[in-house]
This record gives sequence, structure tokens and C-alpha cells, in this order.
Amino acid sequence: MDKTPLIDARGVTRELPGTVPVTLVRDITLTIPRGQFVAITGPSGSGKSSLLYLLGLLDVPTQGEILLEGTNTTTLDKDRQAQTRLARLGFVFQFHFLLHEFSVLGNVMIPMRQLGGRPNGEIEKRARELLAALDMEEYADRLPEQLSGGQRQRVALARALANDPALILADEPTGNLDSKNAQQVFDIFKRLVEEKGQTVVAVTHELDLAAQAHRRIKLVDGRIAEDSG
Amino acid sequence: MRLTLDIALTHLLHRKRQSVVSVLGISMGVGFFIAMAALMQGFQRYFVDKTIDVSPHVIMKDEFRVPPRQPVELVYPGGAVRLLNVQPIEERRGIKNAMALAEAIAARPGVAVAPTLVGQVFLRFGSKDVSTTLYGIDPHRERRVTQIERDLIRGRLDSLLTTANGIILGEGLAAKLGVGQGDTVSATSSAGVVLKMKVAGIFRSGITTKDNFESFTLLKKAQVLHDRPNVVNEIRLRLADINQAAPLAIALEARYRYRSESWEETNKNILGIFVIQNGIMYSTVSAILIVAAFGIFNIITTVIHEKERDIAILKSMGFGEGAIRNVFVLEGVVVGIVGTLIGWLLGFGLTELLGAIRFHVEGFVTMERFALHYTFTHYLLAGTFALPSAVFAAWLPARKAAAVNPVDIIRGAA
Ligand SMILES: Nc1ncnc2c1ncn2[C@@H]1O[C@H](COP(=O)(O)OP(=O)(O)OP(=O)(O)O)[C@@H](O)[C@H]1O
Ligand SMILES: [Mg+2]
Repeated sequence: MDKTPLIDARGVTRELPGTVPVTLVRDITLTIPRGQFVAITGPSGSGKSSLLYLLGLLDVPTQGEILLEGTNTTTLDKDRQAQTRLARLGFVFQFHFLLHEFSVLGNVMIPMRQLGGRPNGEIEKRARELLAALDMEEYADRLPEQLSGGQRQRVALARALANDPALILADEPTGNLDSKNAQQVFDIFKRLVEEKGQTVVAVTHELDLAAQAHRRIKLVDGRIAEDSG
Repeated sequence: MRLTLDIALTHLLHRKRQSVVSVLGISMGVGFFIAMAALMQGFQRYFVDKTIDVSPHVIMKDEFRVPPRQPVELVYPGGAVRLLNVQPIEERRGIKNAMALAEAIAARPGVAVAPTLVGQVFLRFGSKDVSTTLYGIDPHRERRVTQIERDLIRGRLDSLLTTANGIILGEGLAAKLGVGQGDTVSATSSAGVVLKMKVAGIFRSGITTKDNFESFTLLKKAQVLHDRPNVVNEIRLRLADINQAAPLAIALEARYRYRSESWEETNKNILGIFVIQNGIMYSTVSAILIVAAFGIFNIITTVIHEKERDIAILKSMGFGEGAIRNVFVLEGVVVGIVGTLIGWLLGFGLTELLGAIRFHVEGFVTMERFALHYTFTHYLLAGTFALPSAVFAAWLPARKAAAVNPVDIIRGAA
């Protein structure tokens, strides 16, 4: 087995420059092994989203570095970071962010088509499988606006999983969902971790959901206040 | 690439009306260019062809471009010599030793030569007085230098040899005088000689100034009329290779000193107008294309503004800056290509329309319809103008799209 941790963050600080500099996260040191389901909690404004953006290479630390699968991602150029996001990472946000003009199937196919290297037929087949696994296959040809909130979020999740990412980053993915739909999303996370060995880092306010994760990290004021290990 | 195109197309279809306007802008630029280019180049070529066809290619005249240098200046070149009150010798005008000179020039390969005496003459018929430029020619030589013989609509060139005091008139000239073939007009020269001349033929060259002002007679008759026996004041040349006209004119002038003009120099004014004409055409078309480019700039900017969220999510999915930029540049390419294709159809239609119009105009040349020049080059040229402007107009805002910071958008949307 590969012993390098999936994520190895070392003294990560992100400060926004300005007349009054704002520190989003402060001196975060954190390793996450493969196959772990991590819940990030903390009060509003504590830096949960900011940490997720940093781990997802959407933002760059002003101090410290983040190693992903042993590679220092902080020094990569933007194109390589984008390529890494495409091939190794999957995002789910509170808002679904589906493209309105593309069908459910089309949305799920986008990351695979952008990654390339596979014929379209195969990509479509894989997209349908992903949708089937989330009980969404019958909606494949619908437009996002013809779906309910929970259904949209599942499509967004299918899209995040399209390229079989090593790491799934979810920022309050259940924030707009009722408890039944929210539980469904977390069940999917658990399944991904258990069955496929993927790693999930999910921000949530809801403690009963957080309790279902392997590990809970609580942020306060941009720092790690508690880490259940 | 297919994905990039798919996304680009959804954006354009999302803003259908604006897209159509942008496409039509490009189409109009392309279409008008094609029609105008066909019209202008057609006319210019027609004129040049006509001129080359009808007129001599080089004319040597009995004048000098620079006055002859005085002997004292030749002896002290660069010396502080100043001459006052130089009295020119009253020289007999005309090209000296013209016949021998003409033979020498005719000995060059691909050159036909016609020695001529040209002068202004008044023609009178009844109460009508009309001034004409009368060419004294030798029919045998003339038919190898100009197309007068072909352009005759009445009579024959050789009838100058058989008719006593025969004269051939341009169609417009004959009309002004109100004469027809066989009528007798009286010709008066500045030398005061009056000659009764019989209209032996009428020509129509299609070049308005020629048809309205020129006439032809035998060289001998012209010499009698002008009281200048044996004088020739123009040697007119026709070349097998039209491109040799300018260099030959220069060479002849250097050698014989007589002012020698190629057809380009003779028609300098008109060729100059053509340059201005082309300039106007290109500026008009550029203006249309610039407006069209603004349309593209506008739609792409709007789309980028509207689709900021999509851009952010695509970036978070792993689209690089280049991939994002390509989406919007491709939108410009699509508008450019579709616009160009429609523009080609439009241009073709407009040219056909112009080709169907009939009228009667006497400008530089007499025309019954537009002389149109059809060439695929115009279509290519229009495309190579339109497409890059469309791409450039899209590329400007596309850079902005590429620079969108997904974190800002995603935070804002949450
Ligand atoms: N562009 C910005 N300029 C100034 N301050 C900012 C900016 N973005 C974020 N912040 C601040 O940084 C801190 C961390 O924000 P972040 O979004 O990471 O918090 P969060 O834990 O995700 O909060 P929430 O639970 O409300 O989503 C907050 O105090 C926020 O106000
Ligand atoms: Mg947040």
C-alpha cells in the first residue's frame, strides 16, 4: 500500500492583502490518509470554505505548502493545478452549479470530455452508470431546472465523481437540502470511502451528519481547534 | 475541442438575437466588400483593358521634359554660371528625322510603330463648328498600333487611301456635327489652310473622350492641312508585351530625348483616381467590419458577464485559463465563419443584382452595364479580413473570462 498521505498540509496560512489584511486560515498543519472521511465543522466565518479552496487548489497559501499525493501543489503553475483538479479532485458546493443549457447527462459528461482520452460512447456509458448509482438515471435527459434541489445536488455529485477523483471536497453539500436528502448525500460519501477507497472532506454545520465521518476537525478563527484524529 | 464548441454554441444560442445581429454585421461587411470589389475592380480592369486595347502603349512626342542645357553650362558643370535672357532659337517643331527613327524603333522585337502628325483642327458642317484632334496616319501602320480599324462602325480604314481627302470621325464627333458617312465637312487648321474633307468612316471605341474628339486622316493630308510638309510630331507604339511599356518609354527617352510616355503615364490621372477609389472602398468596408467587431465584442462581453458562475464552476472542475479563453474565442470564430459564409452568399447575390442592371452612362468609358470582375480572390480577401477581426473582438473579453477567480464567484454565490 502507498504510505504517502493523500493530503499533507504544512503550516498553511492564507492572508488576503489589503490595508487591513484578513487572515482566512492560520498555520494549518494537517495530514489526511487515503480512504478517510473527514468532516470539517466550526462557526460561520471560521475559515472552513477557505481551507477547502486551498486543499482543492482553487486558492494558494501565502505561507506553508500543501502536498497532494506527495506532490507539492503550491508551486505548480496554474495549468498544472487545473489539470490536477480535473484528474484528481471533485468539488461539490452548497449551490449545485450545473450548467443550465446542458442536460443532466451532458453535465456529468463534461469533466470526462475535458479530460479526454476516451471515446464519447464510453464517456456516456460511464455517465449513465454514475447517474444510476445515485438513482438519477431516469432523469438523464432532463435539464437541471426540471429537477428538485436534492436531485440537482446528486447530479452535481455525479459530475464531481466523473473522473474518479482521489479526493472529493464538499462545501456544505447538504446546506440546501432537507434531512432526508442530506442523509442520502452522506450515505453516498460513506459508500465512496468504503467501497472505492476515495477520500472525502466535507464541510458541514450539522453535527449528526459530522458524527458519521471517520474524523472531525473543528476550525475556530482560522485555526484547528479540535481534531478527533 | 468538441466540448469547447458545444459550450460556445450554447452561449451563442442562449443570446440568439444578439448572435444574429453580430453574424449579420460580419455578413454585411463581407457582402458589401465582395460586391464593391467586383464593381470597382471590374470597372478599373475594363478601363485599363480598353485603354491598352484602343490606345498606343507608348507615345513619343516632339517635346522635351527638360529644356536643353546651354553650352556654357556643359563646359562648366557645377560652376557659378548664371544665364540671363536666353533667347531660344525658333526651331521647326516635329520629331527630327522621324521616319528613320521610327524604323529604328520598329526594329526592336515586339514593337509596332506608327509615325503620326497630330494637331487641332476645326471642322465645320453647315453652321456647326467643332474642334477635333486630327491624327494624320498611315493606315497600314496604324492598324498594327491601334484598334481603329476594328472600332469602325461605318466605312473601312483603307477607304482613306481611296477617298480624296477622306476623314474618319468619332461617333460622338459625327453626332455633334450632324454628319454621316459620305458627307463633306470643311476642315480649318491654325495654319489657316482650309480643306474640304469627305467622311470616309465613323468609329466607336467606347472611350468617351476619343469618340467625342478624335478624327483620322492620311498623314499627307494632315501635313498639308497644317502646312507642315514631311513633319511628324508623334511616334505611337504598340507592344506585344504590355509590361514593357514603362521601361521602353524610359529607354527611348534616355536615348532620343523626346518625351516618351507609357500608357500608364498618359492615364496617370485616372489611375490615380482608381487608387483613391480603392482607398474609399477599403475604408468603407473596414468601417462596417469595425462596427461588426464591436457587435461581437459586445455579445461576448455580455455572455461572459452572464456566465461568470459557469466559468467559475468550469475552472473548479479543472478547465485551465486557456480552455476558458478558447470557449469565448471560439464563439468569435463561429460568428466570424457563419458571418463570412452568409456574407459570401450576400456578396454573390449583390453582384448578380448589379450585373442585371442596365443603363447608359458616358464617363471615362461608355457603358451599358456594370463591368464586374468576378474572382474568388475577393471572397478569400473578405474572409481573411472578417475572420481575424471577429476572433480579435472575441479574444479581448475572453482574456477577462480566463482571468476570473473562481473563489470570488463561488463565495459570492453561496
Ligand atoms: N474576500 C474577502 N475579503 C475579506 N474577508 C474575507 C473574504 N473572504 C472571506 N473573508 C473572511 O474570511 C473568513 C473565513 O471565511 P470562510 O468563507 O472561509 O468562512 P466559513 O467558515 O466557510 O464560513 P461559513 O460557515 O459562513 O461558510 C470570514 O471571516 C470571512 O468574512
Ligand atoms: Mg463557507
